[in-house]
This record gives sequence, structure tokens and C-alpha cells, in this order.
Amino acid sequence: MPFIPHTSEDEREILKHLGIKRKEELFSHIPDEIKLRRDLLLPPPLSELEIEKELIKIASLNRTVRDYVSFLGGGSYDHWIPATVEALLSRGEIFSPYTPYQPEASQGTLTMLFEYQTMMCELFQMEVSNASVYDGATALAEACLMALRITKRDKVLLSSAIHPEYRKVVRAYMESAGFGVEELSFDQKGRTNLNELESKNLSEFGAIAIQTPNFFGVIEDINAFKNLKKDGALLIACVAEPLSLGVIAPPGSYGADIAVGEGGSLGMHLSFGGPYLGIFTSRMKYLRNMPGRIVGETIDREGKRGFVLTLATREQHIRRAKATSNICTNHNMCAIAATIYLASLGKRGFKKVSEINLKKTHFLAKEIAKRGFELLFPSPFFNEFAIRIKNPEKVIERGLNEGFIAGLSLGKFYAELKDALLITVTEMHSLNDLSRFASFLEGMKDG
Amino acid sequence: MVEKLIFELGKRGRTGSSIPRDELEKISLKELLEEDLLRENDPKLPEVSEIEIIRHYTKLSQLNFCVDTNFYPLGSCTMKYNPRICEKLASLDGFKNLHPYEPEELVQGALKIMYELGKYLCEIGGFDAITLQPSAGAHGELTGLLMIGAYHRHRGEKRTKVIIPDSAHGTNPASCTLAGFKAIEIKSGEDGCIDIETLKKHLDESTAAVMITNPNTLGIFEEKIAQIAELTHSVGALLYGDGANLNALMGISRPGDMGFDVLHFNLHKTFSTPHGGGGPGSGPVAVKKELEPFLPIPVIVEENGRYRLDYDRPLSIGKIKAFYGNFSVMLKAYVYIRMMGSKGLKEASEKAVLNANYVISRLKGAFELPYDKQPMHEGVLSGKRFKKFGVKTIDIAKRLLDYGFHPPTVYFPLIVEEAIMIEPTETETKETLDEFISAMLQIAKEAEENPSLLKEAPHKTPVRRLDEVKAARNPVLRWIKSEGDQ
Repeated sequence: MPFIPHTSEDEREILKHLGIKRKEELFSHIPDEIKLRRDLLLPPPLSELEIEKELIKIASLNRTVRDYVSFLGGGSYDHWIPATVEALLSRGEIFSPYTPYQPEASQGTLTMLFEYQTMMCELFQMEVSNASVYDGATALAEACLMALRITKRDKVLLSSAIHPEYRKVVRAYMESAGFGVEELSFDQKGRTNLNELESKNLSEFGAIAIQTPNFFGVIEDINAFKNLKKDGALLIACVAEPLSLGVIAPPGSYGADIAVGEGGSLGMHLSFGGPYLGIFTSRMKYLRNMPGRIVGETIDREGKRGFVLTLATREQHIRRAKATSNICTNHNMCAIAATIYLASLGKRGFKKVSEINLKKTHFLAKEIAKRGFELLFPSPFFNEFAIRIKNPEKVIERGLNEGFIAGLSLGKFYAELKDALLITVTEMHSLNDLSRFASFLEGMKDG
Repeated sequence: MVEKLIFELGKRGRTGSSIPRDELEKISLKELLEEDLLRENDPKLPEVSEIEIIRHYTKLSQLNFCVDTNFYPLGSCTMKYNPRICEKLASLDGFKNLHPYEPEELVQGALKIMYELGKYLCEIGGFDAITLQPSAGAHGELTGLLMIGAYHRHRGEKRTKVIIPDSAHGTNPASCTLAGFKAIEIKSGEDGCIDIETLKKHLDESTAAVMITNPNTLGIFEEKIAQIAELTHSVGALLYGDGANLNALMGISRPGDMGFDVLHFNLHKTFSTPHGGGGPGSGPVAVKKELEPFLPIPVIVEENGRYRLDYDRPLSIGKIKAFYGNFSVMLKAYVYIRMMGSKGLKEASEKAVLNANYVISRLKGAFELPYDKQPMHEGVLSGKRFKKFGVKTIDIAKRLLDYGFHPPTVYFPLIVEEAIMIEPTETETKETLDEFISAMLQIAKEAEENPSLLKEAPHKTPVRRLDEVKAARNPVLRWIKSEGDQ
């Protein structure tokens, strides 16, 4: 067994030291009636050669976004990843340590996380970032809980244009604890219906959460948010797409108090939905209410700069039942991936990739419009947009024959949008891909 | 200064990768978006070349202790070796470039892996059904507790409290609060185990669950577990198992057979996926039949060799994470289980327990063993006798760094004064264990003879003892450009 190095001689020596004859005696204190008296029913063990063959076979049952031209997004985006990211992440010194509880032996991880926090503050234009949570959905749920801690209220208001799965996660986190969730509808333009706020008693809500670009790719009316803060209700911008922040105004510029996002686009593979990266940023004044780990700068006994996990007094291992959250293991390596990704693109590259995403998306939207399609929502958009088309499921099915994964049928999430297809474009698409796809859609126009 | 920060490197105009070509260069952003939606100031990201990036992060990585470079006997964390083949296979194109919203017929391989991994975990734990969605152990705890809450509500019962021993992981009470329960902490008995009489006093019709780890955080097997389960069930409550310590039990005893109703697994511990410096992990939750309707959606089902995602589950707690969980972590655990098989997993547990017994047995003369019971896969010692020399456990931990060992977990569990919690795992050689034991014994001697050597430790790490108080009092949580920087 390559992963268990003891020889029978090693085992004998240890047993001799322990004064026992058989290793079974190590378990003699486990009552017989709860011992397993048989082998586990698992497939027979495989050698490395065999498992490799087997997994290549299983992988071949999948068709990926490399086998097709894919227009799928909806919170998970296919982007180019510079070779530096994988090269560095494959180092054992990065993937095989634990949480940096002993800072003197973990300056690598800690320094990278400090850089990560800095970069997230820059992207979101916020004052403080934690060192990651699980994903965009749980980041939003944690943000809502944090808002309720701060305001001591017990309800949150969510835009229904937030990713449907995120809203489900927020509900699961909120409702069992006795907190309320209400939703704002979206209007004809695909933007959150802020007029509905007038009929709400805002002093009941700890948070108003929006996503921009929202689930439809629509950029919300961010100017309206600046004037939204009434009765101390907190505004949360869930920026599902950090990559948009190379060109679009960041949450900090329109007054967000807590800004979160899904960081999967920043150097992580699609991996069938995970692991990705939950980005969590806030204002300095709410620091002690933030969930998750935070890295801080300090000095060592010789005055050298160094980094440590800090403000642990918020966390479960000290505060236990009174902790700000239960999160312990976070998504550290994903945060490191994002750090290396952003460092690799750099200031100019990040902006450029963001711009290309915007431009190519608009290019396709125009190509499609030229062919007589109607955009579902006449609003500014980034990365994705929805069109009206008869029978989107059939379009997707036909698309596979032509080499396309045509997008996401919105009817899956919104009963009222059964004739809508969400189409996502990134820098991975060539202009030729986009034109060909527009022609394909034209052929599908009448269902 | 150990290393500069990436922001302190580079020069204006440099770039660290070959940026994609802009085929639509002629279009200006203002043609596409209203000006007030556009960003005014660019984020201050680094401007560094590729070689600077590679050198910077390579150098930083070398400042870490990790399983690949150092023995890492961190109790309760199960820092075993991470097989390279798992990494290699997780990076196959067929897995890493798979989009979660692809039509089901395109993702049969991924669904097969998740379905089968779920079956294996149920068999290893002794359960009937499972969700793979949770991202980590604590996320699994929350998921399990939400299901327990939904189960009681469905039966028309309102149960408000969860009983937890005082030796529990801190995440346990935190997860209870998050799930809307009141955590009731009960004192452990003199033997470090759950005190049956104390438990009885707290068990009543308002108890939703009893939440425990077995072996517990002292590394001791709760021998009265069957009785605990019976008592718990007798008031209609459920028994939740924190699976952090499952590495002691694979193929030997199954939590489901002990009477647990719910158990979370830590794939990054027991099933050898990398800890990543603190994640991503994966914390699947397995349940007994009666809790199956409450699993998060979607559940993967198999029909005639085809797999599909079942969202039609009216009693489900909903979702606790977008998409399906940390798939590539699951994949690594799947590879590990397939390579180990039944015998291999059992051997892993046997050797993990053997190694812990060996280390604890050899150290218990020099360090106190507060609960002298046979340890399972980890053991807890105390450094309190060194206090008279002015030496605390943290000093012992820091001195170990000089010897090239990552320290054990310290100051946990909270019920042991000056706790030192050692978990060697099965993947270490006897030579490594002996070297660690020698270092610990040498440090015990140094503590008496030359305590300042410990108090000033570490001496050989890239930085010396760091001022954690200063970091907390005056939080500097991001790099701020100072005058004179480029």
C-alpha cells in the first residue's frame, strides 16, 4: 500500500513497545455488538494504472465546454486561466498545508491571503475583505446574517433577479433560524423593481440585497442605490461577477455596506460547479461582525513584518455558540488561485479581459438582434443576456447537433420566462463562433 | 522583511501574462454602456512580469510547512499524505471543464462518480442516503442540523435545544446557533467521556439532537455510545455525529450501527484530499432512512444505468450551496476510496490508531496524560507541568518548529489545561514518528534546563515569534501604498 509505509517489522516493533500481540487489541474497548464483522462492500482496490484507466473511461462519458462552443453561464463561467495559476497551485507547499494556525510556519499562505484581501478591497472598492467563504451563494447568506446582527432586525429583502440558487441558500440559512425573507420583483427591463420599496416598511429589514450584473446579466440601476438607504436598512450588493469590475462601477462607489461575490471566474476551472470562491467584503466599521478568517499584518520579535490570522475573538473556536458564523475551513486555495490570477493579468490585463467580455457579449447581442430577435430585457448588460425564443429546450437540444451548448433555459428557474434563453459570452469565444451561433439561432427562430 | 508583497514588486507597464487580443478594439466602452455605469478608477492591481510572479509565489510557498515537507501531526485535522494521482485525475479535461448546467446526458460521468461516492460513504458510515453538497465539515454540521429541524417540524414537534459535550469542536455550538437551536453544553465525565447521568438530566422533549464526536476530541472512544443513542432516541431526539474523527473507524465500526442518525464526513481529512492551506474541503452528510426526504436538492438518482438530478423533493431543506458541492474534491476522495478498497481503508484506520498509541505511549512519561485511556487515532497530552519553569504549551509548539515539525493542535480541547493534541495519521513512517518523539522528549528536557530557549522560540523559521496582540489591536488587513512606493 503506497500510502501506508509501515512494514510488518515496523508494526511488530510498535506492538511490542505497546505490549500487545495483535493490532486488533487496539480496538478491544469497542463493544463487540457495534463492531463491523465483515468487509466493507466496496469495489476491489485498484492500482494507479487501473484507476487511471478507469477514470479516463468515466471522464469520457462527459462532454465538456471544450467539446462544444458553450453559451452557458448562470453563475459559473468559462474563462481563460493563465498557466502561472496551475503551475503554482500544483506546488505541494500551497495545496498540502493546513489552516495557518502557526504563523511562523505559514508565512507563505498568510502573505498570499493578505494580498488576496487587498485585491478584493481594490476590486470591490471596499475597506475590508475576509480570506474567503465557500461560494457566492453562501457569501450572500452570510452577508444577510451579518446585516441582521448589526441592525438587530429579523428580515431581509432580496431582489428576485438574484441567482435563484443563491436565494434558495439564503432561505435555507434564514428561515430555520426564524428570520424572514421577502422578495422584490423585477421589472420589464430585468431590473429590480425598486418602486416596491415604497410599499414596504423598511425599518423591518436588516438588508436589501441585489445582484449586479444580476442573474439575467442586467446591470442594475446602481445610481438609484445611492439614495436607497433609509431607516438604517443595509444595502448589500452581491456582485456575482467580479470580472465585471474591470469596467463597471464597483459596489463601494454606490454605497454598499457589504459586498460579496462569486470568485470562480478568477482563475478557477468550472469543475462541475465547485470548488469556487466566496468573496466577502465590507466597511471597516463592521469588521467585528464579519464572518470567516481574516489575515492581519504585524511584526515579529525582531521587528520584521509578518502576517497572522487575527480577530479570532469573532470565531467559533473562541466564541463557540456566540460566534459570528460557524465557518472554519474556508476556500483558501481558491483565494490563492484568484490572487495569482489577478497578479498575472495585472492592472492592464484585468481591465482588458473585462472589456473583451463586455464587447463580445454586445457583439453577439447585436448579431442576434440583426436576425430579428428581441432581447428579453432592454437594459445594459455584461457577460450575458436573455432573448425570447420559442421552445428554448428544443433549441438547446438542436444546438448540440451543431456543436453548440446554446445557453440556459430560464424557464428552469422562472415559470414566467418559459420562452427565454440566457446566453453567456466570454473571452473564450471567437468572433467566428459568435457569428455562427447567431446564424444557428436564426434557423431556430420559429421553433 | 521576509518577502515583499506582490504590490511592492514590478513597474508601471509590466504584465504577467499574455493578455487575450481584443478583436473589437475599435469599439469604445461608452458606445456600449452609459458613462455613469462605468468604473472611474482602475483597481490597483500589480504590474509584474511572469518571472516575477513565478519567483514571488514560489518563494512564498517555501515559507510554508506542509505535509509534503514536514511532519504535521495536527490533532483533529488528519493531515495525511495527499496522493498525486488524485490531483492528476481531477485535472482531466472531462472533469475540470464541465459546466454545472450542461444537459444531464452530457455529464453522466460526473453524476456516476457522485452517485457512487455517495454509496461508498453510506457503506463506510452505515447510512442509507447522503448529500455531497456541503463545502466543509462545519457546513455539513449546519446541513445536518437543518435536516434535523425539518424532521421534527414535519412531525409537528417544536424542539429547541441541542446537547453538546464541553469537549466538542467549536463549530458544533456555532452551527447549532446558526440552525436556530440553543446549544446546551454538558460537562464531560472524569474519564473524558459523556457522563450518562448528566446527559439524562438534560434530555427531554425539547431536545432536537445530541451532537457528539466518536472517538471524541480526546481521541477516546465513547464506549457507552449505544446507550447514549438509546437515551437520545427515547425522548424522540436524534443523534448527530461529527465525522471529523472517522479516520479511527473505517472498516472497524460504523457510526450508523452505533445509533447515529446523521453524520458528516470530512473528505479533506479521512479521505485524503488536500487541505489547501484551509480549504476547499468537502463535508457530505449521510442520514438514516427517516431523514432522507429532507436532504438538500438536487439528489442524484440512478435509473437503469442513467443518472439524473432530482429536484422534485417537497420536504427538502432546499439548498445550502449553489450547484452540487465541491465536485473536484469529491473526485479525489472517490479515487482514494477506489484505490484503497475495503482492506486498504481498514488498514489506514488500524495504522492511524497504532501510530497514535505509539506516540502517546512514548510521550506520556515526559508529558502528562490527563485522561489515561487507550487512545484511538489521536491523543491529548498536557504541558501543564512545565508551567513551573515558566514554559507554556505554546512555547513547546514554537520550539518544535525549530526541529522541523509542525506543532500538534494546542489549547484544544478546552477541557484540558495546556492541551497538546497529537494525530500522527497512518501515512508516516516509524522513522518519522521516532524523530518526532525524540524532539518532544528533548524539548521537555530543555523546558527544565533552559526555558528561555523555548520562550524565545522559534529561532529557525523565516520570522520569529509574531505579535498577535498587536495585529488584533491595530488591524492592518490590506496593503496600503505608502509614500515612496511606485
